Amino acid sequence: MTEAKISQSTAIIVVEGLIKQFGRFAALRGVDAEFDSGKFYVIVGDNGAGKTTLLRGLAGLAHPTRGSISILGKSPREACRELGYMAHPSLLYDEMSGMENLRYFARLYGIFGDERCGEVIRSVGLDPELARPVGQYSQGMRQRMSLARAILHDPQILLLDEPFSNVDVHSAWEMAALLGGMRDAGKTIFVVTHQAAVLKDVADEFVWMQAGKIVNRTEEWSPGGLAALDSPADDSAEGAQ
Amino acid sequence: MSSRRSITLATLAKDIRLEWRSKDAINSMLFFSLLVVVIFSFSFDPNAEESRQIAGGLIWVAFLFAAVVALNQTWARELRNQVLDAYRVSPAPANALFVAKALGNFLLVTLLEALMAPLFIVFYNLRAVGPAWQLIPVALLGTWALVVNGTFFAAMSLRTRSREIMLPLLLFPISIPAVQSMVEATRVILTGDGSARFWIVLLLTYDVVFTTACLALFETVLQAE
Repeated sequence: MTEAKISQSTAIIVVEGLIKQFGRFAALRGVDAEFDSGKFYVIVGDNGAGKTTLLRGLAGLAHPTRGSISILGKSPREACRELGYMAHPSLLYDEMSGMENLRYFARLYGIFGDERCGEVIRSVGLDPELARPVGQYSQGMRQRMSLARAILHDPQILLLDEPFSNVDVHSAWEMAALLGGMRDAGKTIFVVTHQAAVLKDVADEFVWMQAGKIVNRTEEWSPGGLAALDSPADDSAEGAQ
Repeated sequence: MSSRRSITLATLAKDIRLEWRSKDAINSMLFFSLLVVVIFSFSFDPNAEESRQIAGGLIWVAFLFAAVVALNQTWARELRNQVLDAYRVSPAPANALFVAKALGNFLLVTLLEALMAPLFIVFYNLRAVGPAWQLIPVALLGTWALVVNGTFFAAMSLRTRSREIMLPLLLFPISIPAVQSMVEATRVILTGDGSARFWIVLLLTYDVVFTTACLALFETVLQAE
């Protein structure tokens, strides 16, 4: 098994001994990792590996049972202005238009006026003038609008859970290129996905998770990344239960 | 304008817009209250004096049950697409969300009361013997008592499997002092049998205590998993 690569210098996120239990089930079984600024991380693994739980932990939505998460030296809640979170559901009101949704969420971050909202809607390839409610958008449009909501306050760190689910291949490549551009502009990006191949040209590192632990970190995408590992996840983590 | 007030107003405006478009809560509340008025008017045939004695209980219990419909709706729309998570990851204060939700529910239930009051008066032939204007503070304070606790307990029961059942189970017992104050104050005003001052002060005290408690505890409820 390859040990998790840990950088020494510019880590902006430090995860130490992170355990997250839901009742008797441990979704995360002792995650230790550091993540550098300005890099594009793709978190991959089978269903139930703990990818979404890790992302929700970084977003401050899942509180650690044990261990800690430090983002820019602060707790996720304290660092919330630097975090943009996109979940599997859209986190948007179906009955309101894209602009109405963003106008509301902008207020939560102290952003007034439509200028910034229009700017981010255009940046994800949608039309700010579109009056249709989000409930009538296609899945691809909804994902883009959800991304627009996540980047509305210009966060330093983006946490994206399955941004390409139910999105056609062309749109997925477009979104991947858009995210690559954001990374080039200095953002740190985390993407949880089952479609990692879409990101193989833009990602800096693939973080492989299995049974609630990070089991490998590679710079190259290999479709059988987990299968290449000789042994299953460290059973010593079972003690977390 | 402070950030907290701005977020409260933005959330309130958003909720009013969503309710205006869907009319989920107001339609259900109106139909429910209308049914109560009609069914009870057929079930009983009270004379004017008997009406004055029982109307307080009838009116407020009807509004309490109807309010539960609005209270469940107010958080249900935050669960669709997990929109509440977008609020939880933002720097917006939890209390701004709570106050906006409570104000939204207060407006809805007050609107319902304003629409239903004439029907109650006609169906039950109500005439106040005491000072009728005192019904206004009783209605406002009583409605706030119902919605402030209701908003809080609806948020608490949000992640439970049977939240529609859970809300009345939590809300009704804790609302007993408020409901009793509202019923007694209304009866006293309608019959002219004494002063409603004690009950109004009790309602005011109840509102202050429970509003403070809800504001103090809401952050914990919102951030709970």
